[in-house]
Amino acid sequence: MKGKSLVSINDYTKEEYIKILDLAEIFENKPVQNLLQGKVIASLFFEPSTRTRLSFDSAVNKLGGKVIGFSDTHSSSITKGETLYDTIRIVSNYCDLIVMRHPLEGSARYASEITSVPVINAGDGANQHPTQTLLDLYSIRKTQGTLDNLNIFMVGDLKYGRTVHSLLMAMSKFDTTFNFISPDELKLPEGYKLFLENQGLKYYEHKDFTDIISKADIIYMTRVQKERFSDPIEYERTKNAYVLKNEFLASTKENMRVLHPLPRVNEIEKEVDLNPKAYYFTQALNGVFIRQAIITSILGLI
Amino acid sequence: MKDKILEVSAIKNGTVIDHIPANSLFKVISILGLDKICNKITFGTNLESQKLGQKAIIKLSDVFFLDKDINKIALVAPQAKLNIIKNYKVTEKKIVEVPDEIIGIVKCMNPQCITNEEKIITKYQVVSKKDVKLKCYYCEKITDQDNIVII
Repeated sequence: MKGKSLVSINDYTKEEYIKILDLAEIFENKPVQNLLQGKVIASLFFEPSTRTRLSFDSAVNKLGGKVIGFSDTHSSSITKGETLYDTIRIVSNYCDLIVMRHPLEGSARYASEITSVPVINAGDGANQHPTQTLLDLYSIRKTQGTLDNLNIFMVGDLKYGRTVHSLLMAMSKFDTTFNFISPDELKLPEGYKLFLENQGLKYYEHKDFTDIISKADIIYMTRVQKERFSDPIEYERTKNAYVLKNEFLASTKENMRVLHPLPRVNEIEKEVDLNPKAYYFTQALNGVFIRQAIITSILGLI
Repeated sequence: MKDKILEVSAIKNGTVIDHIPANSLFKVISILGLDKICNKITFGTNLESQKLGQKAIIKLSDVFFLDKDINKIALVAPQAKLNIIKNYKVTEKKIVEVPDEIIGIVKCMNPQCITNEEKIITKYQVVSKKDVKLKCYYCEKITDQDNIVII
């Protein structure tokens, strides 16, 4: 992994996932260390983000590194029309590693080709967000004790949600059974179903929350966004069908946990937050340890 | 009145590309860069074809292609056939084959792809050859046969 960019979740093997998760566990036990002393991490956010950016900043700061960069394009020369190529070439001179988020898909792959420093993709449009996927894997392993042979339920927008697509690709390496709950308009694309079939994995599709969720080890919730619907009436009709309530969780396994990449809008009722099965806020904290693990292994410090 | 027939004369040395779908002729010209060479070229299009309905044909004097170059036209003319002519005789026949990787030539159909914003040479992995599907190396989205636009 040393010196290698992390652009797509498919850039890492199963063994590399495990290695990162094991490292993150070490950082969880000892998050403050001096491993990044003298290192400069460029944090280039061409599009605003709160959680991801602060989580990277926190990860670097706790390890004694410095962060330079920008959190939106208003305060950089991109507003003057500078190309991504020029920005990346210039910033490469100032840092040991680049963390970037950009609204256009493929931007991180392109950046990784034109710079000699490694690039971590913190989200390129609707395409990839591999550090989110790794923190999802970490959260799943931590709550279930394993990644093998689990039953994962994915709920909400399964058509456009990049987090569910990446998680599906990653979990497919661990003999997972998948259950998909979504409205017709936001069903999982055929390409992913074909992929699961080719891998010999089982999946089931549902339109509603039913007793079936009693089989779940993990329920992975996503936002159903209004702008995804061609028919606003259809949105009004479906939006409340995918809201998770405490009463649904009563019949679920004791050890089942609810994950959500956040931000949430209304798809998880506030009452669920206090339910011991809710895990999404701890999940966000795990992001710091995962990012510490990724940064230090790419820089070859561990 | 006697029908006037245009005879497309045979070439002495060169390449004949036959069985091009009529609506792909100009794409083939563009892919092979035929608009930029000085050799004698004869084009015929909207000719009757049992296989394709309407086909186009290109005759090029003193032009011979490398396989890796000619295979690029498989994207828009998968059934194209080549006759290599030497001294008025067909000395070799070839069919085209979709390569495993496409560099340049095709525009990514994803409007949100970085290749449509900055000056980047596109790059694709061919994930399906029969019904051509190209996976963009950058945005990882698929551009399919019906949406192939030649740059």
